[in-house]
Amino acid sequence: MSWILGALIFWIAAWTINQWLSVQTIKNNALQQTVNILIPVLFGAALLVLWEGVCRGFNIPTVLLPPPSMIWARISSSTDILWADFRQTYLKAVIAGFVMGCGSGFVAAIIVDRIPFLRKGLLPIGNLVAALPIVGMAPIMVMWFGFDWESKAAVVVIMTFFPMLVNTVAGLAASGHIERDLMHTYGSSYWQTLFKLRLPAAMPFIFNALKINSTLALIGAIVAEFFGTPIVGMGFRISTEVGRMNVDMVWAEIFIAALAGSLSYGLLALLERAVTFWHPSYRKR
Amino acid sequence: MAMTLKREGFAAILHDRLIPIGTVALAIMLLWYIFTVVLNAPFERDQAERAGTQITTSQLISNTMAQKRPILPAPHQVAVEIWETTVNKNITSKRSLVYHTWVTLSSTLLGFALGTGLGVLLAVGIVHSRVLDKSLMPWIITSQTIPILAIAPMVIVVLNAVGISGLLPKAVISMYLSFFPIAVGMVKGLRSPEVMHLDLMHTYNASRLNVFWKLRWPASVPFLFTSMKVAVAISLVGAIVGELPTGASAGLGARLLSGSYYGQTIQIWSALIAAAVLAAILVLVIDLIGRSVTRRMGVIT
Repeated sequence: MSWILGALIFWIAAWTINQWLSVQTIKNNALQQTVNILIPVLFGAALLVLWEGVCRGFNIPTVLLPPPSMIWARISSSTDILWADFRQTYLKAVIAGFVMGCGSGFVAAIIVDRIPFLRKGLLPIGNLVAALPIVGMAPIMVMWFGFDWESKAAVVVIMTFFPMLVNTVAGLAASGHIERDLMHTYGSSYWQTLFKLRLPAAMPFIFNALKINSTLALIGAIVAEFFGTPIVGMGFRISTEVGRMNVDMVWAEIFIAALAGSLSYGLLALLERAVTFWHPSYRKR
Repeated sequence: MAMTLKREGFAAILHDRLIPIGTVALAIMLLWYIFTVVLNAPFERDQAERAGTQITTSQLISNTMAQKRPILPAPHQVAVEIWETTVNKNITSKRSLVYHTWVTLSSTLLGFALGTGLGVLLAVGIVHSRVLDKSLMPWIITSQTIPILAIAPMVIVVLNAVGISGLLPKAVISMYLSFFPIAVGMVKGLRSPEVMHLDLMHTYNASRLNVFWKLRWPASVPFLFTSMKVAVAISLVGAIVGELPTGASAGLGARLLSGSYYGQTIQIWSALIAAAVLAAILVLVIDLIGRSVTRRMGVIT
C-alpha cells in the first residue's frame, strides 16, 4: 500500500511542479530552454515512479509487467547478450540497409527528376507503394538472402527506398522559379544548378525522409528477424524470450531499441541543423 | 528544363497519367517476368541435369513459370492463386483469402477507430492544457522514434496471459501505431484557426467549449482526414505484424508466416497482393469520405 501511496504522491507533486513551471513566463532564453526540457523529463520520471509503485503495490506478476528497476537490473546484468544482439541487428542490418536504401532512393530520385515521363509514371506508383505494408516482404527476403543479416538489410532497403524517392523528388521541385532563372542567367549547367541550388533547397525534404527512414529501418530489421535468424539479434531475442516468458529481457531489448532509435533520430536532427542552417526554422531570431 | 505542354480534359489524363503510369506498370511486370526466369532457372537446370536430359531454352522458360514452389512466382501464377482462393473457395473456409483478409481487416478497423479516438482526445488535451502540451508532446514524438512494432509479440502474449485474446490484442497494436499521426495532425489542425478568427469568437463572448465546437473542430477536419489516411495504412501494418506471434491461426500475417514455414511462395505473394489491395482500398475510401465531407463543409480544396 505504501508503494502506491508514495508513487501517487510523487506523481501529484511532479504534476503540480509542472503545472507551475509551464505557466511561468521566463525572459531568459537559456533558462526557458532548460525548463522546456525539465518538464517532459519530470513527467517521464513521474511515469516511471508510478509504474514501479503500481507494479509493487498491486503485486502484479512480473510475467505481465516487470517494474522498471527489474528491467534495469536485467539490462546491467546481461550487457554482453544485448551488445551482441545490437551489433547483429543495428550495426550490421540496419546501417547497411539504411545506407543502401536511402542512397539508391536518392539516385533514383535524381534520375526520375531528370526525366519528366518517369516522374509522371513512377511517382504515383511510388506514393502507392509507400502506403503498402512492405514489412510483408520480409519472409520472401529471408528466403532469398538467407537467415543472416543480409536478408534483414534487404527488407530495410525496400522499406527505406520509397520514402526517400518521394521526398527527394518533392524536394528537388522546392526551389523557386526566380532562383532557377537566376542560375540560368549565370549560364550554369544542369549539374551546377543541381549542386548549388536545387540539392541544398531539397535538404529539408531529404532530412525528413532520413528521419522517417531511421525508424522504419529499425522496425524492418526487427520484424524481419521474426521470420528466421541465426540465434542472435534483437528481433530473435524478443520473439524467443516472449515464448519463454522472460518479459524483463524483452523490455531490456525494447529499451535498447528505443535508445538506438531516439539516438539515431537525434543525430540526424543535429546533422540537419548543421546542413540546413539557412532554413527559417533554425535561423536565430 | 523543357517546358511541358499544357493539355486539358481527357488528353491531359491520358498523357499525364494513363500512359506514363501504364508504361511504368508494364515495365515492372516485364521485369518481374524476367526475374522469374532468371531466379527459377537454376532449379530447372539442376533438375534436367539430374535426369540426364538436355533442356531447350523455350522449355526452360515455360518451366520456370510453372513451378510449385518457385523462388519468385510469375505474376499469372499469383493471379491464379488469388482467383482460386477468393472466388472458388467458400468465404468461410480457412483456405479462403477473403476469410483471412476479413480477419485482418476487422482488427485493422477496430485498432484504427481506437487509435483515432485516442489521438483526437490527446490532441484536444494538448491544445487546451499547457502542462499537457509541454510534458506530453515530447514523449509522443519520442514514442515514434522507438520501433513500436517490436513490442507487438509481447503485447499479444501478455494480453493472452490475462485472458484477452482474439481481436483486441491485434487492435491494440494497430491503435498504438495509428494514434500518433492522428494526434500530431489534430494538434496542428486544432491550432490552425487564425488569431483573427479566435479574436472574433472572443468578441462574441464565446466560451472555450463554443470556440472548440464552432471554430477549432471544423477547422481541424481537413487535417483529421489527411492524418487518417496515414493512420489507416499504418494500422494495417500493425494488424499484420500482430498476427505473426499468434501461431499463424488466421489473417494475412498468418498466411505470410505459414507460407514462409512451408516454402509456399505463391501463398506469400498472394497474401502480399491482398494486403496491398486492402491498403489501397482503405486509403481510397478515407480519401473519398474526406473529400465529400470537406466539400459539404464548404472547404475549397
